[in-house]
Amino acid sequence: MTDITDLTLAELRDALKAKKVSSLDATNAYLANIEKAGDLNAFVLVTADKARAMAKASDAKLAKGEGGAIEGAPLGIKDLYCTQGIQTTAGSHILEGFIPPYESSVTTNLWRDGGVCLGKLNMDEFAMGSSNETSYFGPVINPWRAKGGNSKLTPGGSSGGSSSSVAAHLCAAATATDTGGSIRQPASLTATVGVKPTYGRCSRWGIVAFASSLDQAGPIARDTRDAAIMLRSMAGYDPKDSTSVNRPVPDYEKSLGASVKGLKIGVPKEYRLDGMPAEIEKLWADGIKWMKDAGCEIVDISLPLTKYALPVYYIVAPAEASSNLARYDGVRYGHRAKEFTDVQSMYANSRAEGFGKEVQRRIMIGTYVLSAGYYDAYYLRAQKVRKRILDEFNDAFKKVDLILTPSAPSAAFALGEKSNDPVQMYLNDVFTVTANLAGLPGASVPAGLDAKGLPLGLQLIARPFDEETMFKGMNAIEQAAGFKTRPENWWA
Amino acid sequence: MSVDNEIVRKVAKLARLAVPEERIEPLTAGLNGILKWIEQLNEVDVTGVEAMTSTVDMKLPMREDVLQSGPTGGGQADNVVKNAPRTEDHFFVVPKVVE
Repeated sequence: MTDITDLTLAELRDALKAKKVSSLDATNAYLANIEKAGDLNAFVLVTADKARAMAKASDAKLAKGEGGAIEGAPLGIKDLYCTQGIQTTAGSHILEGFIPPYESSVTTNLWRDGGVCLGKLNMDEFAMGSSNETSYFGPVINPWRAKGGNSKLTPGGSSGGSSSSVAAHLCAAATATDTGGSIRQPASLTATVGVKPTYGRCSRWGIVAFASSLDQAGPIARDTRDAAIMLRSMAGYDPKDSTSVNRPVPDYEKSLGASVKGLKIGVPKEYRLDGMPAEIEKLWADGIKWMKDAGCEIVDISLPLTKYALPVYYIVAPAEASSNLARYDGVRYGHRAKEFTDVQSMYANSRAEGFGKEVQRRIMIGTYVLSAGYYDAYYLRAQKVRKRILDEFNDAFKKVDLILTPSAPSAAFALGEKSNDPVQMYLNDVFTVTANLAGLPGASVPAGLDAKGLPLGLQLIARPFDEETMFKGMNAIEQAAGFKTRPENWWA
Repeated sequence: MSVDNEIVRKVAKLARLAVPEERIEPLTAGLNGILKWIEQLNEVDVTGVEAMTSTVDMKLPMREDVLQSGPTGGGQADNVVKNAPRTEDHFFVVPKVVE
């Protein structure tokens, strides 16, 4: 038979249920792939023993005809999710060696449904980055390379370990998180499917906090079906997260293949940027044509405040981060400096040693915009503009069912290419950050390759808690794009 | 608005980040680059707009004021101090704070 790791999550699930393969075989095959893929640096920690034990337990259930929705499926977990008894670092030196005595609600849901934990995936430090270069554990490498080239490209960020490992078949699917685009941008750069659900759909409990009003968990998977399966298991009400929304989780897989005929697709003119690569323009035009051919009605819409979304984000997110990251003081957990003279210098030295440059920069911005005398000018104004951005989306969704845009302003770029200019790096999230500010679901689907042979994605944004329509649209794009290309395996 | 070295020193102190003197100048320049970019928000008319507090239209849920079970409940002293750099008898140990 074919390589077991080439089966999609859906195919593997069905093969496991039919007892054609065992979870232990699948788990061992993925562990072998991981071992050979050290060059990608996708994992911070591989939990081989735990994975095999979980796989055996799954096989025992499957043998009795029992087991959950993803029983026996080997998964990668972004290192932002706390995992009981397993080191959780958030990509930071300050949390190196931190072993949570509890399990995040989302991973608890995945293990309840039979998922197998392969290990913890590398990421930008505290999810602050778009290229994975801020990770204390080194950058993740994209399995995709430019045609004829061998320079190392970024898999996007912050969920770069998730996107890289899914694209390279180091796991059947992965968890990720998205605060400004950290699921959708990496998915776009690696030809994977990334879904950021509505704010409140997945519990944030046990996920290391970055910007609490924006953070949302979601999957990165190989195709829309796999993403639908993952989201169904990850999502759900959790009383431990006060922003978790108590409504039933639909079977998203049922939305796949449903006709999109008659759906109104909004195309916002403000997402056409000056200097945007012609290939991305063309891809977007392709996407519009695909939806039209599938019977959708294309509606030109205007979201004039789009250009202000990133500046709003770079006030709100650092403000919330500076507050959330105040907990790292070298007292209760995490790194404590060896040199200090009193408790104040112990805090300041521990934090200076433990946090990387970008994290410190954002803590500084956040502390500044929240400080006395500047709060109204920055933070309050940003939250007002944010409200207007939300209103703009609400108005648009009176006229359309989905909004179609490119996922990212460029294909995968080289390591080091944008790391010296923070604003250039921040612009990676120009198409994705609006959905975070408004709490809307958004997803990236692979749609084509650029001239260098690098993948590009299209993004769909939907109404709050209308992931089902979003999955319908994603599936329609997937069908029309017929994207089947895989990166050439140079790393194993 | 822009920041100068003095404000950056003050903010670093508020943020409990030890910033060596030679890092102040580059940090000031870096922050000003970002703040300048952020300032385009002043173009937006926000008269009469209520600042956003939540994306979810819901009331903060209330629960019975009783001890929970599990990791958010009581009896977790061992777990609470488990990851601390220094502890003694379920206390966190820090340098002397009272003279």
